[in-house]
Amino acid sequence: MDMKRDYYEDVQLLTSPVVLFWFAVLIGSLYCLPFFVDNYYIYVANYIAINIIVAAGLNLLVGYTGQISLGHAGFFAIGAYGTIILMTKAGFPFLLALPCAAFVSGCFGFLLGLPALRLDGPYLAIATLGFGLTITQIIGRIELFGGREGIHAPDITIGSWVLDTDKEFYFLLITLTIFLLLFMRNLIKTRVGRAFIAIRDADIAAQTMGVNILYYKTLAFAVSAFYAGIAGGLYAFVLKFIEPEIFTLMMSIMFLAMVVVGGLGSMMGAIAGATLLCWMDLKLRNILDIPYVGDWLEHLSNNWFSITGVSNIQYIVFGSILVGIMLFEPLGLYGIWIRTKKYWRTWPF
Amino acid sequence: MIDLIQMIVNGVAVGSSYALMGLAMVIIYKTSEVPNFAQGEMALISSFFAMMLLTSFNMSLYLAFFLTFVFAVLLGFFLEFAILRRAKEPNILGMIVITIGIEMIILGFVSWKFGADQKTMPFPIGPYDSFIIGDIFVSKLEVLTLVAALLLMTTLYLFFRYSKLGLAMKATQQNSVAAQIVGVRTNRIMMMTWGISSLVGAVAGLLISPTIMQPFMMWDPMLKGFAAAVMGGMTSLPGVIVAAYMLGIIENLFGGYISIEFKTVVAFVIIVLVLCVKPSGLFARHYIKKV
Repeated sequence: MDMKRDYYEDVQLLTSPVVLFWFAVLIGSLYCLPFFVDNYYIYVANYIAINIIVAAGLNLLVGYTGQISLGHAGFFAIGAYGTIILMTKAGFPFLLALPCAAFVSGCFGFLLGLPALRLDGPYLAIATLGFGLTITQIIGRIELFGGREGIHAPDITIGSWVLDTDKEFYFLLITLTIFLLLFMRNLIKTRVGRAFIAIRDADIAAQTMGVNILYYKTLAFAVSAFYAGIAGGLYAFVLKFIEPEIFTLMMSIMFLAMVVVGGLGSMMGAIAGATLLCWMDLKLRNILDIPYVGDWLEHLSNNWFSITGVSNIQYIVFGSILVGIMLFEPLGLYGIWIRTKKYWRTWPF
Repeated sequence: MIDLIQMIVNGVAVGSSYALMGLAMVIIYKTSEVPNFAQGEMALISSFFAMMLLTSFNMSLYLAFFLTFVFAVLLGFFLEFAILRRAKEPNILGMIVITIGIEMIILGFVSWKFGADQKTMPFPIGPYDSFIIGDIFVSKLEVLTLVAALLLMTTLYLFFRYSKLGLAMKATQQNSVAAQIVGVRTNRIMMMTWGISSLVGAVAGLLISPTIMQPFMMWDPMLKGFAAAVMGGMTSLPGVIVAAYMLGIIENLFGGYISIEFKTVVAFVIIVLVLCVKPSGLFARHYIKKV
């Protein structure tokens, strides 16, 4: 690994011209993508980008600050409903409604962070889990939010530009995602991020060194909830229609799974985990269409299992991935990447 | 007045099933510090196993239930031996993720095998058989749940207090290194703990299955049982029982007097409030980390 000689080198984003080149290629190809692939893949890309935002936010909380959250579907729901309600009922433009809703979500994160100051382990798990379930229940009962029937998302307009196709939305979404990820990366690399990591590693030691635990723990919850809120607001426009049943406990579990599978405490890990799990989620919904395996599974289901429940195989796959990752590679995909890199760097030896 | 007593009676009945699930979780957490999110699904697969024996193999009730209990114990043994024991550098988040993974595997397996629709359990007592004392309706199933819960609690209490295995479990929980030194095989004790806990869960599952029988049936009792366990302090057996009955009764009173719509979430609000005041639950001594 390279030596870091001063502070500037540590926080620098583009360390060499080579990195700058590949960074530019990546950004450029992301923006050119809609001109080469068809609409379904743009939808997939939107879906993945939104989950990357949530995973990055949750990774800040779980991976860097060492807290547990099983309630991120709640923040996600606040963002989604908040954005739509602000746009339809209060007449806000989209670019104002989205940060406002995310700010509300961040405030809820701050409130949840307050009891979390004194809780850890299973206590924190049940408190956040309860929060997620409660938010969904409350939203489902309020008439303003459309109740059980759900609510439709309006069209987005920015100035005179009406975004009514997946492709147009993709440009907005990808810009926001890149911006949020860069912001998150800078946050982690600088003073605030180091405080989070210190709290994760030893909170008492951090306190002795002058890190304000009250401030930074609640800040971690608030920022994480803000990211989930932004993602939720964007998700409402990918689905075009939201109802309380979307934001279940299973969704919170999937968010946590993305962070864990990708690797705790690494941004690349969160991105890789979110991409992998979302792609698998979309593929496994129609498991019988997968070549070779699909036919075999259909045969198996007809003889031994039930054909109606065949889509539940995705739970088996996700569960096995979670258990396997924890047993064999606790650092997740990021750990595998580090090991491969190290292996090839010193290859013949 | 009649309403109030009726609600309390229903609350006690609901509380019994929460108490059973909570007990099962506490037994595991006490010895191995694993918050077991798979508890509900372990009970789920046991009750579907019982249903399969009763409907597809036409077994008699006693034989089927006996086999189910054996199955539940073996399942607990297997999960501990094959998965939990293999975990590298176990920390609390890792354990939560592993048990959530197990939960998803079992849930997926059960709903693949049996489909997601509502099933009927050929249980001798139906959910609507009831009798009237004074003006209060009491369903037979509720009485059975209460009796089973009380019986199990007494047995567990006596077991932990007087039997050799129970004492060894207590020793493992208090100081596993010291227990190993005096000759307790702590690995085997963990396995036994999972077996017993799975058995208690299976009893809860069987008692819930006449009312509701589909793959998500155990989520609500499991989460409420977990909530009760946390409220009672996660390590205290009497604590979880008291907390479970409290939750059951408060939930029913809230549903009756204030709002039936928010009945299911009131337990979690209570949990958060209790944890704000007493971060380690009502009945456990608060442990302050020293440097």
